[in-house]
Amino acid sequence: MVSVWFMFLTFPIMVIRVNPVEHVVEWRWLNMVLVGIGSFFLSFVWNYSIRRKEIGAKKSETGEGTNAIPLSQRLLKKKEVYKPALVIFGIFALTYPFIFSLYQTNIMISALIYVMLGLGLNIVVGLAGLLDLGYVAFYAVGAYSYALLNYHYGLNFWMALPIGGVLGAMFGILLGFPVLRLRGDYLAIVTLGFGEIIRIILENWNEFSFGPSGIAHIPRPPLFGIELSVQGSTIFVYYIMIGLCLFTIFVVNRLQNSRIGRAWIALREDEIACQAMGIDKAKTKLTAFALGATWASMGGVVFAAKTTFVNPASFTIWESIIILCVVVLGGMGSIVGVIAGALVLILMPEYLRAFSEYRMLAFGVLLVVMMIFRPGGIIPNVRRVYTFGTGSQNDES
Amino acid sequence: MYAASIRSVPDRKMMKADTTMESVLKVQNLGMNFGGLRALDDVNLDVRKGEIIALIGPNGAGKTTFFNCITGIYPPTDGDVLIRSRGGNGLERINGLKPNKVTEKGLARTFQNIRLFLNMTVLENVMIGRHCRMHAGVLGAVLRGASTKKEEKNVVEESYAILEKIGLAQFVNEFAKNLPYGAQRRLEIARAMATEPFLLLLDEPAAGMNPHETQELDELIKRIREEEGISILLIEHDMKLVMSLSDRIFVVDYGKNIAQGTPEEVRNNPVVIKAYLGEEVDA
Repeated sequence: MVSVWFMFLTFPIMVIRVNPVEHVVEWRWLNMVLVGIGSFFLSFVWNYSIRRKEIGAKKSETGEGTNAIPLSQRLLKKKEVYKPALVIFGIFALTYPFIFSLYQTNIMISALIYVMLGLGLNIVVGLAGLLDLGYVAFYAVGAYSYALLNYHYGLNFWMALPIGGVLGAMFGILLGFPVLRLRGDYLAIVTLGFGEIIRIILENWNEFSFGPSGIAHIPRPPLFGIELSVQGSTIFVYYIMIGLCLFTIFVVNRLQNSRIGRAWIALREDEIACQAMGIDKAKTKLTAFALGATWASMGGVVFAAKTTFVNPASFTIWESIIILCVVVLGGMGSIVGVIAGALVLILMPEYLRAFSEYRMLAFGVLLVVMMIFRPGGIIPNVRRVYTFGTGSQNDES
Repeated sequence: MYAASIRSVPDRKMMKADTTMESVLKVQNLGMNFGGLRALDDVNLDVRKGEIIALIGPNGAGKTTFFNCITGIYPPTDGDVLIRSRGGNGLERINGLKPNKVTEKGLARTFQNIRLFLNMTVLENVMIGRHCRMHAGVLGAVLRGASTKKEEKNVVEESYAILEKIGLAQFVNEFAKNLPYGAQRRLEIARAMATEPFLLLLDEPAAGMNPHETQELDELIKRIREEEGISILLIEHDMKLVMSLSDRIFVVDYGKNIAQGTPEEVRNNPVVIKAYLGEEVDA
């Protein structure tokens, strides 16, 4: 049925070709057959996987699957699996710029910036459950604070990085205050507006931000005063990014299972109950916004240093959406998931350049398929498991 | 560690005789308007230390609104909500405080339609209850110094002890959403207990429970009062439970007090029978 329908739908595009020069109509019947067969197979695969998913859902309902932790998480749990994997991954990450070309390293740097942005947004969206569509605004704040501080006061990268982070946090609180009472769709709209405001200010306030022409000649990060070649400094930026990502992972990981992290998750789960349990809603929301913005801002500083040029065109709503996709696709609240999501989403379009015309199509299809079959993301989050020895309980009572 | 949090075990008989016991909650002339609708009108209620008080009334009488006013979810339009001040003597006005402040002062509540943090584990739900008794901030969490580590360890142990007491220890690492219904209700109580309240507000704790579960709940509530010395104010429709548990009962209808007294008095009060149980029911 589906295939017949598709044959009919694509008929005008695929089958008829009007040649306006010779005034003839070409009928390409072979295409129609191909579309029919293709869509038949696709719908078959589709139905099969939907059915499999339903069986899976039923299993978990009856309690069979309650202990079935996803394979990815089970692998992560096993020490003998993840330790060597981590070592191999680490060595790979460290030697990456020497194995691959400068071009590849550059792509990897942007992917790592997105890892950082994703982890930052993960605090706001994944943990605290505040849908933020204007996240790119903080990224812009970071990039411009480095660019402007350097232009006016000649501050170098290492000084701009913490200052950018603090500025980002301040902007996060600035956005946080008016939206304290909002949540869900309303919050999304306000943050969307905020993101656009920042971009439009940067575009139009010529005296401040040099408008759409942007700021050029931003210095790359210095290494103890040594002037590096373009290649050398790219590699250096790569290592800075690796370091910053590790730092981000460390911080987010610590926060996740702390008093603050639990409060965020409680806020996401149920706002009223969360307040009734003695959690200060305003404070918790503001910390989430501020911390999320800090990482975005620091990512922005690195971005400015990497490209040596910033202009408002880099900070459109599309960027916000990509970052949000990274978080949702990777798995909300899950650190490993967000990293995987960032690498897939940023690297995939780069390596699909060969099929340039279809790459956005593939991107869209991937998102749709993922959300249907793995709504939890590539690697969903699992909560920490506490173990209680029987012995320790005895000496307590 | 846990032993420290158990308060002095009160003697129930002594308490019943001594009617001049200090109040832990005193609500005076409470009124609440929603636009033109007067949901609560001049409601008075008091809870003394160690008492179990039931608040009953037909559907829509304003019982849950009353709870929401006390716990700060709605600011009451008029009247006073006074509670025992923490640590000191005397009463303290808490109208218009934010819910989290009210909880900090020692009032904890559960919800009529269960409001657990479904995607957190059972233990974490209880740990959230400990939130307002902890101090670690962002820096503390990131640096994880000795005091933070110790606090975190204590919280885990205390929370586990509470779960053991409530009888949910076997579910520790289960997600709250996977718990059976009765256990979810009890988890709400456990979570509320974790905030170290002196007064526990239970909003229809037995709703949807089967007779066996209700019986367990009955014992649990009594045990909380005996062992922890926590006073309890509950809204409930299950008359058997109400009669078995409460020291005194307050009846509201259309947002007004219509009766109060011991279970026997309320049971035989013609006004209550008329308004609440219906005239043809022989209670």
